[in-house]
Amino acid sequence: MQKVFDAMLGWVDARFPLIKTWEEHLSKYYAPKNFNFWYYFGSLALLVLVIQIVSGIFLTMHYKPDTQLAFASVEYIMRDVPWGWLMRYLHSTGASFFFITVYLHMLRGIMYGSYRGPRELLWLIGMAIFIALMAEAFMGYLLPWGNMSYWGAQVIISLFSAIPFGIGDILSEWIRGDFVVSDATLNRFFAFHVIAVPLALCGLVFVHIVALHKVGSNNPDGIEIKKNKGPDGLPVDGIPFHPYYTVKDIVGVAGFLIIFAAVIFFAPELGGWFLEHDNFTPANILQTPPEIVPLWYFTPYYSLLRATTEEMVTKGLLPLTIVMTILTVISVRNVLAKMAAVGIGSVVVVCLFIFEAKLWGVILMGLGVGLFAFLPWLDMSPVKSIRYKGWMFKTALIIFCIDFLVLGWLGTQPASGPNVILAQIGTILYLLFFFLMPWYTTFDKTKPVPERVTQ
Amino acid sequence: MSNDGVNRTRRQLIGVTAGLGAIGTGFAAVPFVLSMTPSARARAAGAPVEVDISKLAEGQMLTVEWRGKPVWIVSRTPEMIDSLKNLDAIVADPDSAKSIQPDYAKNASRAIKDKYLVLVGICTHLGCSPLAKLQAGAASGMGDDWLGGFFCPCHGSKFDLAGRVYKNVPAPTNLDVPPYSYVSDTRLMIGVDQKEGAA
Ligand code: HEM
Ligand code: FES
Repeated sequence: MQKVFDAMLGWVDARFPLIKTWEEHLSKYYAPKNFNFWYYFGSLALLVLVIQIVSGIFLTMHYKPDTQLAFASVEYIMRDVPWGWLMRYLHSTGASFFFITVYLHMLRGIMYGSYRGPRELLWLIGMAIFIALMAEAFMGYLLPWGNMSYWGAQVIISLFSAIPFGIGDILSEWIRGDFVVSDATLNRFFAFHVIAVPLALCGLVFVHIVALHKVGSNNPDGIEIKKNKGPDGLPVDGIPFHPYYTVKDIVGVAGFLIIFAAVIFFAPELGGWFLEHDNFTPANILQTPPEIVPLWYFTPYYSLLRATTEEMVTKGLLPLTIVMTILTVISVRNVLAKMAAVGIGSVVVVCLFIFEAKLWGVILMGLGVGLFAFLPWLDMSPVKSIRYKGWMFKTALIIFCIDFLVLGWLGTQPASGPNVILAQIGTILYLLFFFLMPWYTTFDKTKPVPERVTQ
Repeated sequence: MSNDGVNRTRRQLIGVTAGLGAIGTGFAAVPFVLSMTPSARARAAGAPVEVDISKLAEGQMLTVEWRGKPVWIVSRTPEMIDSLKNLDAIVADPDSAKSIQPDYAKNASRAIKDKYLVLVGICTHLGCSPLAKLQAGAASGMGDDWLGGFFCPCHGSKFDLAGRVYKNVPAPTNLDVPPYSYVSDTRLMIGVDQKEGAA
């Protein structure tokens, strides 16, 4: 038996680098030995990707991308298709869990400075994954053709119409394929959701792993294990990924699946957080739901959008731009850099007066997502991990996390009265976490980093 | 990169070939991009809609669908029409200079006949459909000083009974007035322009 197996393996290996790949990426891939809880979320994100693709394929077998049929076909899946409800709840719960795992995965990166060199590109690939994931979730949300689907898409696509000089209207028409959200829109969103974006996601995840294995994992101490190699040429603080981390990740998978299954079987709608109640009525072109609320994972950015009123532009963004410009001019030494800062600052100030608040809301929403991409260059600290950073970074990160959650909660509430002010303060804090990072990471008092990883 | 031993002619030819290839790829992308623009059917779907307003009582509103959008027809009472004057100071674009409407509706009441207001019921902010809060005062749930109009629940834009947007709300311009005309005294045609001098 063993002989036959070896012969088969040899046959394949002569024609495909099977053993080489196995060794390079698993059995002889050395990862730091001090991975903790936070390192589960990469492999868990991979698991959720698989869950989404599999449950999605089975949903596609019964779903109909047609405005006349879509809503009914989803009800049909829920009521008449054997186990159809499970496929749907796997997929809808999976979407929310995807964002939970990816947000925690990103938080890990921020805590341990995983975005710092040599992992900047790995981080940027991660950002591309994040944006593709948001596009995937947004387009998937239109498919059931519920009333929130319809009006949510209407509002988000209209965001593009805020782009000035007539480009915006052409662009939003091109996205919709019609003058309003219609059958053409539903059909193309279906095409993007079931094939175009998932294909891109799989490709991006693949290069994410390739880039990771080129530079190697960071770890909770933020120490490069490759700098400290034993006589055998292997990192002294490294252990082979297989079997050590394959086994560890399986424990993570088991824990994850327990929670995941509990939600699916006992609270698939999670009180309206994972599936919104307004989406249980079919799309009505003549009537907006009383509150347009995106699903929870978009609400922090949605809050940034809604907070940007005329007043916010003049009393918030304008002073912020001026202060940041002055601060930059004082801090940089190079005269050219000083001039560049003044130039950019003045252009932004002029634009703040020219363009209407609607456009700034869209820009801020974009920044809310996009600013993460700049972290590798905003963080000037001599150390990577939060373990050795000082109180300034720790405070900033804690405020940011609370702010992110508060903005997320505000995004689900009516935008009126004190909520608006609160969201506006939250918006400024959100921006300051990134804008001030070069300063507080420079002045922060850091602790010495040990030579070897700690347990 | 060292340039020793490079055949310059070949290098240049490779450059030109690559450039031409890129241009060709660009052209090949055009049909794909254009296939996503509104189709001939979507463009033709703008058939006009005829509406009977004989049964629309004063102070009431009627909603019809035109080109996939809600269109409102409001029968305004004389008091409602009178109240518009008082709002000139608190709306952002009182003369509808920046807003979209046919020329025959670019007037104080934003209508052909003062009584009947015709609007596209889509908020000029991000495209929600605002709620009708036609009654003045607290009855609409909009506070005592409310003069009647529309309220967009999405981000709180307010409009008066001529669809004019209030100051300091997210929506930048007044609600659009669609092209429309009177077929008879009690029948409207949405989507067909009023002829010069008619009605
Ligand atoms: C589909 C979504 C994603 C999948 C499947 C995925 C997968 C993975 C896996 C398997 C790892 C190695 C295990 C680990 O370190 O936890 C990893 C590491 C990493 N990922 Fe992701 N990832 C995803 C999204 C993202 C996003 C959105 C970002 C950030 C913008 C990101 C940034 C990183 C970084 C910086 C590392 C290295 C971490 C370290 O070494 O400390 N990833 N990813
Ligand atoms: S869509 Fe009406 S206020 Fe934003």
